[in-house]
Amino acid sequence: MSPRSAKSKLLANWPVLHQLRHGDPFGRGIAVKSETSAKLQPRTITADKVVKSVCPYCGVGCGQNVYVKNEKVVQIEGDPDSPISRGRLCPKGSASLELTTGPSRRHHVMYRRPHSAEWERLPLDQALDMVADRVIKTRREHWEWEHEGKYVRRTMSIASLGGATLDNEENYLIKKLWTALGIVQVENQARVCHSSTVAGLGTSFGRGGATTFMQDLQHSDCIVIEGSSFAEAHPVGFQWVMEAKARGATVVHVDPRFSRTSALADLHVPIRAGSDIAFLGGIINYVLQNDKWFHEYVLNFTNASHIIREEFADAEDLGGVFSGLDAEKGHYDTGTWQYEGMPVQSASGNRDAQYDRPRKSSVSGSGKPESHGSGGAGLAGEPERDLTLRHPRCVFQILKHHYERYTPEMVRDICGVEPELFLRVCTAVTENSGRDKTTAFAYAVGWTQHTTGAQFIRACSVLQLLLGNIGRPGGGIQALRGHASIQGSTDIPTLFNLLPGYLPMPHAHEHESLDDYVRGEGTEKGFWGSMRNYMVSLLKAWWGPAASADNDFCFGYLPRLTGSHSTYDTVMAQLDGKVKGYFLMGENPAVGSANGKMQRLGMANLEWLVVRDFSLIESATWWKDSPEVATGELRTEDIATEVFFFPAASHTEKNGSFTNTNRLLQWHWEAVEPEGEARSDLWFMYHLGRKIRQKLAGSTDPVDAPVLELTWDYPTEGRIEEPKAQAVLAEINGFDADGSPLASYQQLNDDGSTACGCWIYCGVYADGINQAARRKPDKEQDWVGAEWCWAWPANRRELYNRASADPEGKPWGYNKALIWWDEDKALWTGHDIPDFDATKSPYYRPPAGARAAEALSGIDPFIMQADGKGWLYVPAGLTDGPLPTHYEPQESPVTNPLYKQQRNPVRQHFSREHNRYNPSGDEQGADVYPVVVTTYRLTEHFTAGGMSRWVSYLSELQPEMFVEVSPELAAERGLENGGWATIITARNAIEARVLVTPRMVPVRIDGKVVHQIALPFHWGHNGYTQGDSANDLTSLALDPNVHIQEVKALTAEIRAGRRPRGPALVELVEQYRERAGVTAQTGMGALS
Amino acid sequence: MGFFTDTSVCIGCKACEVACKEWNHVPEDGLVFTGMSYDNTQGLSADTWRHVAFIEQRKPLAGQVPGRDETTGAVAEGLRWLMASDVCKHCTEAACLDVCPTGALFRTEFGTVVVQEDVCNGCGYCVPACPYGVIDKRHGDGRMWKCTLCYDRLSVGTEPACAKACPTDSIQFGPLEELRQRADRRLQQMHASGVTDARLYGHDPNDGVGGDGAFFLLLDEPEVYGLPPDPVVTTRDLPAMWKLVGVAAVSLVSSIAASFLAGGSYRAGARK
Repeated sequence: MSPRSAKSKLLANWPVLHQLRHGDPFGRGIAVKSETSAKLQPRTITADKVVKSVCPYCGVGCGQNVYVKNEKVVQIEGDPDSPISRGRLCPKGSASLELTTGPSRRHHVMYRRPHSAEWERLPLDQALDMVADRVIKTRREHWEWEHEGKYVRRTMSIASLGGATLDNEENYLIKKLWTALGIVQVENQARVCHSSTVAGLGTSFGRGGATTFMQDLQHSDCIVIEGSSFAEAHPVGFQWVMEAKARGATVVHVDPRFSRTSALADLHVPIRAGSDIAFLGGIINYVLQNDKWFHEYVLNFTNASHIIREEFADAEDLGGVFSGLDAEKGHYDTGTWQYEGMPVQSASGNRDAQYDRPRKSSVSGSGKPESHGSGGAGLAGEPERDLTLRHPRCVFQILKHHYERYTPEMVRDICGVEPELFLRVCTAVTENSGRDKTTAFAYAVGWTQHTTGAQFIRACSVLQLLLGNIGRPGGGIQALRGHASIQGSTDIPTLFNLLPGYLPMPHAHEHESLDDYVRGEGTEKGFWGSMRNYMVSLLKAWWGPAASADNDFCFGYLPRLTGSHSTYDTVMAQLDGKVKGYFLMGENPAVGSANGKMQRLGMANLEWLVVRDFSLIESATWWKDSPEVATGELRTEDIATEVFFFPAASHTEKNGSFTNTNRLLQWHWEAVEPEGEARSDLWFMYHLGRKIRQKLAGSTDPVDAPVLELTWDYPTEGRIEEPKAQAVLAEINGFDADGSPLASYQQLNDDGSTACGCWIYCGVYADGINQAARRKPDKEQDWVGAEWCWAWPANRRELYNRASADPEGKPWGYNKALIWWDEDKALWTGHDIPDFDATKSPYYRPPAGARAAEALSGIDPFIMQADGKGWLYVPAGLTDGPLPTHYEPQESPVTNPLYKQQRNPVRQHFSREHNRYNPSGDEQGADVYPVVVTTYRLTEHFTAGGMSRWVSYLSELQPEMFVEVSPELAAERGLENGGWATIITARNAIEARVLVTPRMVPVRIDGKVVHQIALPFHWGHNGYTQGDSANDLTSLALDPNVHIQEVKALTAEIRAGRRPRGPALVELVEQYRERAGVTAQTGMGALS
Repeated sequence: MGFFTDTSVCIGCKACEVACKEWNHVPEDGLVFTGMSYDNTQGLSADTWRHVAFIEQRKPLAGQVPGRDETTGAVAEGLRWLMASDVCKHCTEAACLDVCPTGALFRTEFGTVVVQEDVCNGCGYCVPACPYGVIDKRHGDGRMWKCTLCYDRLSVGTEPACAKACPTDSIQFGPLEELRQRADRRLQQMHASGVTDARLYGHDPNDGVGGDGAFFLLLDEPEVYGLPPDPVVTTRDLPAMWKLVGVAAVSLVSSIAASFLAGGSYRAGARK
């Protein structure tokens, strides 16, 4: 530039001239736009690439776009193409950038020597090698070929916990390797969150997943949210509730807390925590008494007309227990609950009695009801039916009798809900159900986490079947799950009692051979009738050429169960010194599981512990800074546990699929390689397995055969030798003898010609294409979004959708069409893929002797059930009753108004040093712990905090642990808003800041005011925001079906001020126990 | 372009607060448990460009039934929990802009008001000028910061981060005229369904700030949400003041001139 032109430019830029020239004489607009402003470009535009991903937090499964510049993630935001989330994200999803790239992520392996007070660094490879050595040694030293004389082929010395935050492919490798090593104590968050869902929905409908999908809520005419704070815990999914509301739907929220969900509802019903079965039972009774049930639906699609055995006696007639109770052993013989004229439980009908006896006892302990995640309980023969529904022993009459005392007044006495308010709910629900209207229910862990958790969900299932709301648009039961892939870690289970696709883990002695197993677990009718195909294909996927018809396809390689080996059993086994090694794979039990003290003391009894996470969570550092170290109950120098910390890769740093809460498998792509020594769990499992196999190579010990013969040759890629997740998905999908990918589980055979890692996922890799990676934008397809990713089963989005049409195959109502029978084409057609044989006419009736799918008629929409019907009454499959009935929680200030039986007689309860129970009802000392406690999740935090308390943008929104109390209770106890309170149970005491709010409501029960307090459960003592853990107060009191803990209703005392420090804390808890007279017997016993 | 925030569908999730901070790299600004319902953010500031207010009230939402148990003697009149995401109003007549001596604040081609971080010298004149108390000085930085309505994103036709994240579409982004029509329709709908408390705030181009570029549907008086009921651009009287100043100056000058003239003649006279 010449000096002259420079001078003229300078002149032109002289503000007055510049402003005049731009028509901005006052210099308030474009004339003053700076060079920096002029050059501004959003980093979404300047990014080198945009990678399709899925939010790693809750189970809604919102789409994310990950923007990458120079191999760094620079932005993560919602993917507008997603038909579920439509580009939106909640605060947690919006904080994904800090979660994955923030300073709290660890990138180095850490190691704590026995008795040491400090961490030290260890190279990744050396650490992995050390872990491999410890697995081999511990396994060998504590190997069990037999247990009490029965073949088990296992080790009880190693346990693993976690998987719900991980990919399906990762869960698959975890389950596969551990099982081959003989490790059976494999568990994940699903146990403590939604295991009761699987049992409740599975026994009712045949599958354990939510019956509907998120977008379908927009078609509801009424949505009842109960046992969930939908808007708070699943905010982006809640947009579909708001869509329905905008259309005029009524939204009802039933919850002890007036929450952010209640704020948007038309009606909030404050209810006493733990009393929901009485509330739902009340609606069931209202529906039956006022003839509001959907006659044609109920008659054709449910088991209302089935006749029950004469020996059956209802809880109404036995003082609150069903027939068959063994009070001493605390379990039911379920034989009397069966259909008339059908053999008991076992499908074969000719198994000898001796063989059957041990089976029943182990059934009660082994979480078997969870195996109905995709397949109902076994039945044989034809049930007797009375289509007039008048037979006194038909299900309909039993149901009527069972619920006739659940009157509005009883609801008031149990739930604390006034009849007027209760009847408003009854009206809303019944007026919005029928041919032209549908009501949906949505729930979450407010229902699942009870000693009667499975029955809570059963109660809703009964109601929704009576109203004809299952399988229909705008209807259904929406189970809201709280981890990105907790449905996936249930389908491909890192759960002790399941194999992929809800195939039950074999039991010791019960299943000697594959045929025995199939006879014991399969059914003659329905799709579960092909179970042998699924099992043989799984064994072929795992043991490849080694599995042949001659050796029962290596069925003998599977370790055997001998009762319950749930995560809580593992903790007790740790305390008893039986467990030596423990893997934590993205789970933080020191904060997230019930009875935090037992969790931590259990870990202090281990020889070695492996923690894989983003940051140093409480479960990784308890040996130096746990509450027990503070009280002196633990001394760091005394603790011999070796601790390995492996930094984990985030969802943006690996390929893989999450299964969302509506069974939708969504693939997320790697955006960048993980930094430092951070690795995916796929990498960890694969390379750990590789090392173990190398070290064992050449072993002729039969103990090692399942490990050495395991198919474990996945291709790897990149600098870090990451296993190819697509290859794992391809194995999960399955292939035929030529290695060609299968397209449907109907192609699976039982002769070894097909291999399939998870039969319900068969089809996800159809034609060799990753169907879970499909991303056809929302706007380019209809509301169902069938070409967005892939849902099991067979990409069906609404389960049991055959029920959306009447028996003749026509939609029940014009507005409520989903699929229908096209007579001309002789085909089921419609908006969704039929969850039914597409060519089976509504008029088809099975010939005598038909089996498997052929045995189901054209009016049997529940195709996984042995009789094709929705079960109002569950004759087989649950351990604590065929019908839901109200019991008080393990700890309750209320004496059961319904029965003299206070609690679920077959609940699991444990008298242990650190697991004492508060007295209940009118027991002496109950008044020492008079307040009802419920725990909950905040929008701003995530589960045990590992993915939120380290994120500054989330921490500042909810910066401290607090307790919500009503103004009435605050006045009684002298609690000041913003001050401190101490909350005390027989287990422990914690402190929290006080939030006094009219949103907490005392309820009146039997003339007595019952106060309720609410505690978010996210806090622990590490991270950016720290505080006491709600779970330090809770106890191990479990649902007998699935071993889920009761943390949504317990009792406590609350007093003003902070808790004592040091040993004085233990003394305080002891003082309260003494005052209440708590002993080892308190709260124990079946008939109490 | 602007925001219409329909607080009647806000679920108080604070996604807007986080999405804003993530996009604009606004620093975390303290872990303070306030005890004020779920509001631990407290207000807009240099480090908070979206703020969700939480107001617990003992009165029912229209159509909502009192949820509290009457038998306990507790409140029977019901309960509602108002939530509203506040933001810079991007006033049509923006005082911050008027008083900025450096040209750091400017009105963009989208009609929004933006502080340019490379120009701002931290003089702080804009702070008392804002009738809403929005713009603020960042500690340790010295410059003024506030919502830019994601100026960088607008330049490529992308909606602001908060509006994009909002799970229930409480925060809507678009051309102001279109948003105003949408808001009018929504208001009518609310009134028709009996929510007579519903009102628009900041939508009127004839109000004291010439209408807000970010306006709201509220369910109660603005004061309840911490908003001024009748904001006026603090520089509204500037022209009149300048006029007066002008008059004063003119009269001052003329009286001085007159006195000189008069004095001159006096002195002239005196010399005579």
